[in-house]
Amino acid sequence: MAVISETIPGTRNSLTRLWNNQQARSVIIQILTVAIVFALLALILRNVVNNLEAIGKEFSFKFLMYPAAYDITFSPFIEYTSRSTHLRAAVVGILNTLLVAVCGIVLATVMGFLMGILRLSKNWLINRLVYCFLEFTRNVPVLLHILFIHGIIVTQLRPPRQAMNFADSFFLSNRGFFIPQPVWEPIAWIIAVVFIVSVTFVFFFRRWAKKVQDETGRVYPVFWISAGVIVGATAVAFIATGMPLSWSIPELRGFNFKGGLAIKPEFIALWLALSYYTSCFIAEIVRAGILAVSYGQTEAAAALGLTRNRTLQLIVIPQAIRVIIPPLASQYLNLTKNSSLAIAIGYMDVVATVGGITLMQTGKEMETMIIVLLTYLVISMVISGFMNWFNKKTALVER
Amino acid sequence: MIEKLKPEPAIQSSKDASKIIIEITGMHKWFGAFHVLKNINLKVSTGERIVICGPSGSGKSTLIRCINRLEEHQEGKIVVDDVELTGDLKNIEIIRSEVGIVFQQFNLFPHLTVLENCSLAPIWVRNMAKAEAEDLALKYLERVQIPEQAKKYPGQLSGGQQQRVAIARSLCMNPKIMLFDEPTSALDPEMIKEVLDVMVELAETGVTMLVVTHEMGFATAVADRVIFMDEGEIIEQKPPNEFFQNPEHDRTKLFLSQILAH
Ligand SMILES: Nc1ncnc2c1ncn2[C@@H]1O[C@H](COP(=O)(O)OP(=O)(O)OP(=O)(O)O)[C@@H](O)[C@H]1O
Ligand SMILES: [Mg+2]
Repeated sequence: MAVISETIPGTRNSLTRLWNNQQARSVIIQILTVAIVFALLALILRNVVNNLEAIGKEFSFKFLMYPAAYDITFSPFIEYTSRSTHLRAAVVGILNTLLVAVCGIVLATVMGFLMGILRLSKNWLINRLVYCFLEFTRNVPVLLHILFIHGIIVTQLRPPRQAMNFADSFFLSNRGFFIPQPVWEPIAWIIAVVFIVSVTFVFFFRRWAKKVQDETGRVYPVFWISAGVIVGATAVAFIATGMPLSWSIPELRGFNFKGGLAIKPEFIALWLALSYYTSCFIAEIVRAGILAVSYGQTEAAAALGLTRNRTLQLIVIPQAIRVIIPPLASQYLNLTKNSSLAIAIGYMDVVATVGGITLMQTGKEMETMIIVLLTYLVISMVISGFMNWFNKKTALVER
Repeated sequence: MIEKLKPEPAIQSSKDASKIIIEITGMHKWFGAFHVLKNINLKVSTGERIVICGPSGSGKSTLIRCINRLEEHQEGKIVVDDVELTGDLKNIEIIRSEVGIVFQQFNLFPHLTVLENCSLAPIWVRNMAKAEAEDLALKYLERVQIPEQAKKYPGQLSGGQQQRVAIARSLCMNPKIMLFDEPTSALDPEMIKEVLDVMVELAETGVTMLVVTHEMGFATAVADRVIFMDEGEIIEQKPPNEFFQNPEHDRTKLFLSQILAH
């Protein structure tokens, strides 16, 4: 197309020529699309502002500076009282959303990979058990799982006075899970430094081991040495500094526990339910990913004399990962968005704080919803951005 | 550049030419209840070149896959290079590193370049230095006439080129025995020749070869012995001329008439 329009210049007017040029056309279309989208957005926004004005509401975020005047029972990271501002309440909510999303993604990934691998087991019983669990869990809405776990905790567990007691330091009650909290003495910074140094050392050791292998062919048991160095060095530092660690043990005082770390029932319920629900999807993704690497690949590697572990490490996993990553990313996004179901059991995430109580108290539907929306948008974009980058890095070269 | 001299691939001196390198005695194999291989007895001398043919489903692939234990046999004995194949994993790994196999479907590693495909096993199984392994890989890629494709990925090559890479990949392990399972039957006619040429050249180096193929021209030109299999049994084995000119068994005759008909 481009060739034709350029070989007979002047025979058409310049606009037609531009339109017939492939690159120019795509640029024009993009510019037009962006312009139309922005025009529509502007129209909607103006409409909203006008309508809000008409009912006497002003579009502004000033309300964020007013006292929130409500309690948030779960704020593990920052200080919050009912005298704090709406802004602070919003931050607590966002942090709680992030907390459950991150913890959920970690646990769901671990459980998912484990179950996915168990599903491939030749052991009939294990295989079937995992399969039944997966099928049952996947086919019940996640909200029911959340209510189910929460229900178990608050109705089946005993109040703190009769809490399940594990070794006088772990307590399982309907007010939550109470565990010992580590308390470090100031000198503990040395351990942290040693840990960081040993990780750095391992990083360089791995590069060095790779270089040695490239140059001489010698293969070190890199994994075991790395693990040994990190664990060993940290342990030595810990002992050398005189074990500067004590535990704050939860103790029953009156009707509840004091000291230790309290993990609220709402958090446990939401975290566990989201994790095991999502892990079922991840398990199927992992299974499919491993099966997608044809058996011929394993055979070819085995026929060359590679051991089973090396075959997994060098041939199967690198190929399976490519199949696993894209759907895994969307499971992470699902988990994050599903965490908004927190509101059903009173876990104070961003929807419950900003999008719930703050909205009720201030009547700022537009503004609060924008905050909630942006929170999820940013988290989702970070996740999918990372996964896209990883995907690109590992993509297969085809013809 | 300053490449250390590696031993050449299995060029046999005349003194061990008569040594038995594969010995299969009274071997049976079942897939579940299905009796695939029945009482197989086969002796292969070092440097011998054997072509195995027979109708589809007769157990040819299964037989050669038993030799590097990609399939497990249930009865009888298989001894490869003085090592008996049992459940012993270490033995199996040793045998596999000395027995190369080329599959019908190439089975190259799509995520590795041609050079990496070839140098992978020397690096991880033979503990060879990377540069040395790559020199070795290049040497064999030259032998199969595609050194210029070294940096490409398998997905970027034609079928014939991929199969030649697969051959080079096996040769890099310096195998004593090369197994071929219908190496040309997934290829377009114009690519068959380039792969067969490489195999003919390989036969001249003296490596022991067992080739499942229906390329009768190749059998005539290269084979010391042709083995005919049907329904899991070795029916007949003879030098190629005799095999083609006066086959003994009716089943062999029938098979040959079908093969030569098209
Ligand atoms: N993994 C398996 N499980 C069960 N049956 C199998 C398996 N592999 C092969 N078979 C059966 O064993 C028989 C022999 O198979 P094999 O692949 O050895 O035949 P072949 O002679 O190589 O045939 P072809 O010329 O079609 O490749 C066939 O009937 C086949 O269906
Ligand atoms: Mg076959």
